[in-house]
Amino acid sequence: MAYLHTHVRPMQGWWRRNPFYRRYMLREVTALFVAAYAVELLVGLVRLAQGRAAYEAWRAALATPPALAFHALTLAAFLYHAWTWLEVMPKTMPFVTVRDHRVSDRAIVVAGVTASVIASIALFVAVRLVIAP
Amino acid sequence: MTAERTITIECLRYNPETNAEPSYVVYRVPFTDDMSVLEGLQHIKDALDGSLTFRWSCRMAICGSCGMMLNGVPALSCSTFLRDYYPDGLRVEPLTHFPIVRDLVIDQTDFLRKLESVSPQLAPAQPKTIAEGPYRQTPAQMDAYYQYAQCINCLLCYAACPQYGLNSAFTGPAALALLHRYNADSRDDATAERMDVVNADVGVWGCTLVGYCSEVCPKGVDPARAINQNKINSTKDYFLHLLTPRKG
Repeated sequence: MAYLHTHVRPMQGWWRRNPFYRRYMLREVTALFVAAYAVELLVGLVRLAQGRAAYEAWRAALATPPALAFHALTLAAFLYHAWTWLEVMPKTMPFVTVRDHRVSDRAIVVAGVTASVIASIALFVAVRLVIAP
Repeated sequence: MTAERTITIECLRYNPETNAEPSYVVYRVPFTDDMSVLEGLQHIKDALDGSLTFRWSCRMAICGSCGMMLNGVPALSCSTFLRDYYPDGLRVEPLTHFPIVRDLVIDQTDFLRKLESVSPQLAPAQPKTIAEGPYRQTPAQMDAYYQYAQCINCLLCYAACPQYGLNSAFTGPAALALLHRYNADSRDDATAERMDVVNADVGVWGCTLVGYCSEVCPKGVDPARAINQNKINSTKDYFLHLLTPRKG
């Protein structure tokens, strides 16, 4: 059925209307920090290719207060990004059944968080103890 | 029963014949603890202003007619209680992201067209006659689709979906959840025919997993899950088409 007159409401500022939307936008914004950090690592790689002096200068730049502040902010953004990613993970996969019982969303999220915490610690330990003691 | 109290209901009103823009009208509604928001609106219509227009039918959260924005949150007005908004009062608006026809009534034509587009019926590979008996299914096979079959087409999920609000060409949560409901049913064999809807930019790829659709669903359908697991199916479909020759 078609109506002669209807009123369509504007979408301006839609993400400010509901706390759920604000959290969603925050989640999406953290992706920019992930991208920024990827660029930073890429610059490091280029500096490494340019020689030891260039690489050491890049490392020294990372130790300055603004760089440390950026890293603290990026770490917070990464943690939130990782958490929200794992939080929605159950929605992106088919139902998982183990011995005729469906695995709960909560169990999937807990498994994902546990796996990423273990992987992060293992990587940190490997780098600190084995690769660059 | 507790004594009667009075609550303020601020209601968005729009008459296409006389109003250029919708505007809010405030009503003072006496209520008891057992009164739903829908009953509050019925009180306005019966006692305060007979011209207030809204949809309702079953009063028991199964017909899906009385969805509205209650303080900006999509909800069924029959299963939401006035006592929960006391003493602040509440603001009632028609479901957002849809054109308003009049007062709290929205135009659902777009959704009905989308619902048709997903072929929401069983299409068995080998149709049986009645004499051959029913299509049998194990409990596990039923479990694969049952939650998605609970959809009552109330459209709360569309009002929750900003992607639908920003681009109404997006097939949207309920239609895609019902599409998955039939694809996931062991008795159905029409998945291939539904893949064009799934694969489109305005199909599952129009979703950015805001996830609010699943939060507001009064039936626990979880449309976000139906859509996002079909992103995997759509990706598989894409690569299978690259690897296998086209069907004649």
